[in-house]
Amino acid sequence: MSRSIAVVTAGLREPSSTRLLADRLGEAAVRALEERGETAELKVVDVRLLAGAMNNALLTGVEAPELSEALRAVTSADAVIAVTPIFSGSYNGLFKTFVDLLGEEALAGTPVLLGATAGTPRHSLAIDHALRPLFAYLRALVVPTGVFAATDDFGQVAAKASDGTAPLSDRVERAAGELADLVLSRGRKTVRDEMADFTPFDELLGG
Amino acid sequence: MQFGVFSVSDITTDPTTGRTPTEHERIQAIVAIAKKAEEVGLDVFALGEHHNPPFFSSSPTTTLAYIAAQTERIILSTATTLITTNDPVKIAEDFAMLQHLAGGRVDLMMGRGNTGPVYPWFGQDIRQGVPLAIENYALLRRLWREEVVDWEGRFRTPLQSFTSTPRPLDGVPPFVWHGSIRTPQIAEQAAFYGDGFFHNNIFWNIEHTAAMVKLYRERFEHHGHGRADQAIVGLGGQVYLHKDSQQAVREFRPYFDVAPVYGHGPSLEEFTELTPLTVGSPQQVIDRYASMREHVGDYQRQLFLIDHAGLPLGTVLDQLEILGSEVVPVLRKEMAIGRPAHVPGAPTHASLVAAAGGARDATVYAEGDEVTGASPEVEGVAS
Repeated sequence: MSRSIAVVTAGLREPSSTRLLADRLGEAAVRALEERGETAELKVVDVRLLAGAMNNALLTGVEAPELSEALRAVTSADAVIAVTPIFSGSYNGLFKTFVDLLGEEALAGTPVLLGATAGTPRHSLAIDHALRPLFAYLRALVVPTGVFAATDDFGQVAAKASDGTAPLSDRVERAAGELADLVLSRGRKTVRDEMADFTPFDELLGG
Repeated sequence: MQFGVFSVSDITTDPTTGRTPTEHERIQAIVAIAKKAEEVGLDVFALGEHHNPPFFSSSPTTTLAYIAAQTERIILSTATTLITTNDPVKIAEDFAMLQHLAGGRVDLMMGRGNTGPVYPWFGQDIRQGVPLAIENYALLRRLWREEVVDWEGRFRTPLQSFTSTPRPLDGVPPFVWHGSIRTPQIAEQAAFYGDGFFHNNIFWNIEHTAAMVKLYRERFEHHGHGRADQAIVGLGGQVYLHKDSQQAVREFRPYFDVAPVYGHGPSLEEFTELTPLTVGSPQQVIDRYASMREHVGDYQRQLFLIDHAGLPLGTVLDQLEILGSEVVPVLRKEMAIGRPAHVPGAPTHASLVAAAGGARDATVYAEGDEVTGASPEVEGVAS
């Protein structure tokens, strides 16, 4: 009964520190599930590679197969790890575009772990003031620990930083553990069959 | 198998000249296009309905009646008739009238309309789109099939002792298609009544189209109208033709690149890969559309959109010429190969009359009215 975890990463560069954080969170989540006796499979959606397809879908409604596949990977996953760079105090445009294309019901009841990156720790509350409201709107189940990584965090290995905060690796482990607990407390995600979304006419007119 | 064209009646600037046709020019052009469609041997001309610029076609039955008077053979249809914002009583009257004038060369395609502001202009709410489509259509069917209708519903005033006139020609209502792009409930509606289902796939990949058609076919069989492969299916599509495929691309690209419906999104190449848009030689168009039935099964009606994106009338007429002389005759043959005998063609007035056991005069005769004579009286009440 392996669980599926979709990792959405919206970094713009290659290599990307956002992707780096996303990978760490993904691997930690798999480990956390394994420690709890469950296997998990990661599917990474690098939103940057879908930029053109997403614009086309928004402008004309035409969905390229690679975009459909990415959307399906996220909407059908048992859990989602969503990581974005912080731009102008919030998630970047690519990240929001992808979320918009997911549809309003797609993540309802789905366990979600949020992560963000930025140049300096001054953006560290962006997860709480920008990402959490977005996922609250989608009725996702967001784990309490959001993982924010500034550039400095990638160089910090000490047990505690001088300001007393836990190092990135600790926060990654804690968040992954919270996600694993939440995933295991939920049944496997059942994906709504769009083609079954109708009321049979005999019922409709009879009742 | 029927082949035809449909127009959404947009008035769009020709990007190669900067010229925008007037409403009058476009309205005259649509008549010329319909007549040309008949002349080159197509089976169907369908016209959209819109109530906002840049579209002109607010009154399709007026236009279709005028075209009917100048044609002999072509079936006149709609793409689509708004079952949500039109009063079903008026649809029943208008299309029965058109049937009489056109000698039965009429069917229609129901659609909901996806422009939010149009609904309140007609006293409705787009959030009730599907319930409106269901209730209004159920009433429309009764108005065509029952002489005297007593009715009460959610969305319009009740009817007591109402007779829709004129009665359908030969006592047989026009065939109805239900157009929907992604609403399974409408596929179910079409299947329930044994009506046609038209998937206007011009912005969709074939996998989605195939899934919608499959649902309709399964439900058609479920509701007892025949086998799934006997359901009545129509598809949209759009083409631009030239004997030299590179020239076709060169000519169409400036229209594609700035057309409001395509513009500034995908490239022409991306769009032709993902959707049924085919820009190229007659053979390329034949190959593309002959393969559609591999995805949706043997189907009954193929309509092409050819007068959009600001293409001038002369170009559209040339396109029709190629479509009628080089594409459709070959497609007719290809689509007939291996088509099982039990798969029906699209219903026509003649086939529906035959199925009903022959034509009958359905006139409802009544005494005069308050203008020409006596008023209708309620029995047993002295006036």
